[in-house]
Amino acid sequence: MTERPAIDWGWIGENLDLIGERLGEHVWLTVLAVVIGLAIAFPVAVQAYRHPRLYGPVTGVAGVIYTIPSLALFALLLPFTGLSTLTAEIGLVGYTLLILIRNIVTGLRGVPEDARDAARGMGYSDRQLLWKVDVPLALPAVMAGLRIATVSTIGLVTVTALIGKGGVGFLFLAGFRNLYPRATAIVLGLVLSMGLAIAADGLLLGAQRVLMPWTRRAART
Amino acid sequence: MDPKGGTNVSDSFFSELVAWFAENWSGSSGIPARILEHLEMSFVAVAVAAVVALPLGLAIGHTRRAEFLVVSTVNLGRAIPSFGLLFLFVILFGLGLDLPSWLRPPILFALILLAIPPILTNTYVGVQGADQDTLEAARGMGLTGGQILRGLEIPLGAPLIVAGLRIAAVQVIATASLAAVVAGGGLGRFIVDGFATGNDPQIFGGALLVAGLALATELALGFVERRVTPRTRTRERKHRRREQLPVDYRVA
Repeated sequence: MTERPAIDWGWIGENLDLIGERLGEHVWLTVLAVVIGLAIAFPVAVQAYRHPRLYGPVTGVAGVIYTIPSLALFALLLPFTGLSTLTAEIGLVGYTLLILIRNIVTGLRGVPEDARDAARGMGYSDRQLLWKVDVPLALPAVMAGLRIATVSTIGLVTVTALIGKGGVGFLFLAGFRNLYPRATAIVLGLVLSMGLAIAADGLLLGAQRVLMPWTRRAART
Repeated sequence: MDPKGGTNVSDSFFSELVAWFAENWSGSSGIPARILEHLEMSFVAVAVAAVVALPLGLAIGHTRRAEFLVVSTVNLGRAIPSFGLLFLFVILFGLGLDLPSWLRPPILFALILLAIPPILTNTYVGVQGADQDTLEAARGMGLTGGQILRGLEIPLGAPLIVAGLRIAAVQVIATASLAAVVAGGGLGRFIVDGFATGNDPQIFGGALLVAGLALATELALGFVERRVTPRTRTRERKHRRREQLPVDYRVA
């Protein structure tokens, strides 16, 4: 068992295609989950902000989904959607909702009432008020939520290896089952998953600084 | 469900599920035994993590030194996939099959590491969030550092400290179900063995139990959290310290 080198660089070199493919799947599953999650969370959060009575029930439902362990959620979906990308995505999207909704509402609630009054005084409609005042001022909080959701999703994608997906998490299972050199595959999977998380976080932070130079100070917290 | 939908949900699925629950009530691999195993390993992990993280969080929050430790623990904690950690520890320590299920090193170490960040962060945030004017007054009255910590900072931070324990416990219970993948015990066994044998009612039943256990833990510790949160009258509300949301955001 210990005769092989701890990290089999030769194996990595010979299997770059396979590794790249898994990395691509990982990125795709993550991007899909975060984009769909945001598309659902944003309108829901705007409603929950406009009608404060909705906030409790909305975060309650999102919180229940969030609390269900991923293995259980995937297993509960299996009879309905099978070993599919859909099963993985329902779970992954579900877990982003609480994070995104909470952060968007927090951001919107932080918009100074003075700014909104001024905009109303200038004759802004509700829609203009939302897009030209509320959203830009709430963006730092929204971006913070997006970063957390993305990093969490990247970790969670590895668990979908158990339902035949998994991105680089596939390397964990294949290594554990000795289909690949064990230590090499497992360590590589961990390094790639963490690298992806750090890179995605940095990318989103960089995008925020470029697109919203006025948030530079807020972004650091 | 639509019989032509290509799903496994047949009319008999529900009765098979009920039958599965009925048939698995006893024995060393029955439902109560698996629940106990699951709780055992989760409790040990959270307890060890609390012994490490509570004093550390109190110290950092009280002295406001080494705060970078908290920030980096959270960031690192989010980036490391706990699923992968389980396998890393299998390489390093083996499966530990000769040990009782709650003491198998890869599972125990992964669960402990997972539980540390939420406890550490929330204890820190709770303690350092104590109102500055109140602390100043306490110091003026000649209270020592230890008295301030015990009399003010811990009681004021209690809701967040308990929130940290709740978040840790729920995450650990979730991840403990993955222990079955690396030959561990607990409720995950039903799901993982069901995968291996194609036993759909068992997979579904096991998943219901895991989800139920996680939600029950969340509710029970949420209840404790509300009990330690001081209720304030409306008049006093404006003097209350800014309400702090617990730091969580990590799914397992």
